[in-house]
Amino acid sequence: MPAPPPIAIERFVKIYKTVPAVDGISFTLTPGSVTGLLGGNGAGKTTTISAIMGLTTPTSGKVIVLGAEMPRQRYQVLHRINFESPYVAMPMRLTIRQNLTVFGMLYGVPDLPSRIKELGEKLDLTDLLDRPTGKLSDGQKTRVALAKGLINAPELLLLDEPTASLDPDTADWVRGRLETYRRERNATMLIASHNMAEVERLCDRVIIMKRGHIEDDDTPGKLLSRYGRQTLEEVFLDVARGRGVEREAAQ
Amino acid sequence: MIPRESTFAYSPRRTGAMMLRYWYLLRSSWPRLLDLVYWPTVQMITWGFLQYYIMQNAGFFARAGGTFIGAVLLWDILFRGQLGFSISFMEEMWARNIGNLMMSPLRPLEFISALMVMSIVRLAVGAVPVTVLAILFFGFNLYGLGFALVAFFLNLMLTAWAVGIFVSGLVLRNGLGAENLAWSIMFLFLPLTCVYYPVTTLPTWLQPVSWLLPPTYVFEGMRALLIEKTFRPDLMLDALALNVVFFAAGVFGFLKLLQSARQHGSLLQSGE
Repeated sequence: MPAPPPIAIERFVKIYKTVPAVDGISFTLTPGSVTGLLGGNGAGKTTTISAIMGLTTPTSGKVIVLGAEMPRQRYQVLHRINFESPYVAMPMRLTIRQNLTVFGMLYGVPDLPSRIKELGEKLDLTDLLDRPTGKLSDGQKTRVALAKGLINAPELLLLDEPTASLDPDTADWVRGRLETYRRERNATMLIASHNMAEVERLCDRVIIMKRGHIEDDDTPGKLLSRYGRQTLEEVFLDVARGRGVEREAAQ
Repeated sequence: MIPRESTFAYSPRRTGAMMLRYWYLLRSSWPRLLDLVYWPTVQMITWGFLQYYIMQNAGFFARAGGTFIGAVLLWDILFRGQLGFSISFMEEMWARNIGNLMMSPLRPLEFISALMVMSIVRLAVGAVPVTVLAILFFGFNLYGLGFALVAFFLNLMLTAWAVGIFVSGLVLRNGLGAENLAWSIMFLFLPLTCVYYPVTTLPTWLQPVSWLLPPTYVFEGMRALLIEKTFRPDLMLDALALNVVFFAAGVFGFLKLLQSARQHGSLLQSGE
């Protein structure tokens, strides 16, 4: 029996009171793929990611992750998933080692001291492991959040603006680590980002959302070619400002 | 490969992870430790001197030695027990860490268990030194209550946890805007559970309400023990029966509010 897809979303609808945040989207991710989830504010990206993690119950439709329907069957797969976002903080008073120990225990990671040592080396955190997380720079905190995201060597990694507020050098370094992790583990990644350069570099598929709908879904190359643009940022602006359809028709 | 687990699995390791998290937090901050001891000490000393004064001037209270200090110490178990539970929970909200926990394999009952254990740890850090001070300052030995103290403690902690669990659910559902409830809700119990006076002091119409609250039985039991020198197991069993209902309602309320938070998408937005 073939393994279920990492993510299969079928006609997912989420309505908050009377406002539809996501309005009937469907997509499936293949194992080992890196997909960018783009869209302006209020497009429905966070709600979609939240439903994938089992934090939001769909109003209708299905969100199936690694074969488990979310959030009903979430405990069957949560130990195989992880999430990194600068908007969800790590406890500041705890040292990096303490934080990683707690999360490692929560995720049932075997041989935790070795895993923390390994992550410390890979993410250049070894010298910082015994410092309180709150006393680190933004770049260091992002690396700690990434270490937490990788503590259980997840098959599916969800990233929300993974390089937000980082300087270009640190952001480039983080992207490099993500590429390495994907290569080593054949992990599937879903990245919500406003950084188009990041999406172009990391993603082999891009889903563009607008007002709760999927406006477009293709490889970065095909999107550039179809919209007749040089960069994904231009494609994004075309979609956001409703110029995409006109340009396609004109071409 | 990490083994797959069933939906209802209970992991002592995950519960231990959360206890470890709160222990790291507690020992990393001396103001947090000081706060645990400071207020109970101030309260005990104030009420202790008041009782000392009244004993010198009123015959009845001379016989009722220790009822005020005993009431203060037992009230502190109830109040600090709930606060210890709620503060540990609130630390996750303040740290914006609740999203990390809710998307981890941590089960709600494991989370609740860890918070319950930590409320006892916090209570012990704060209450044990104060009970020693009560012996030294006023000659009141809470531990002299013996088995009765165990019954009082168990019943008060069950109520404290039930209230703490329910309030945590409210904060989870409504965000930090509901935080004030955690600090103030127990004060509603202060007049109604008759901490410092017998239930008969209340107006007749209010007495049935008082008897619906488990701590009322504990404070009546304490007065019976200190004034009449009688341990009332019937009161403790009544309190226990009510506590089972309170605790089940607290857990049920928490799970329902968590479910509602999932429906309203408030687990990632844990601000106000």
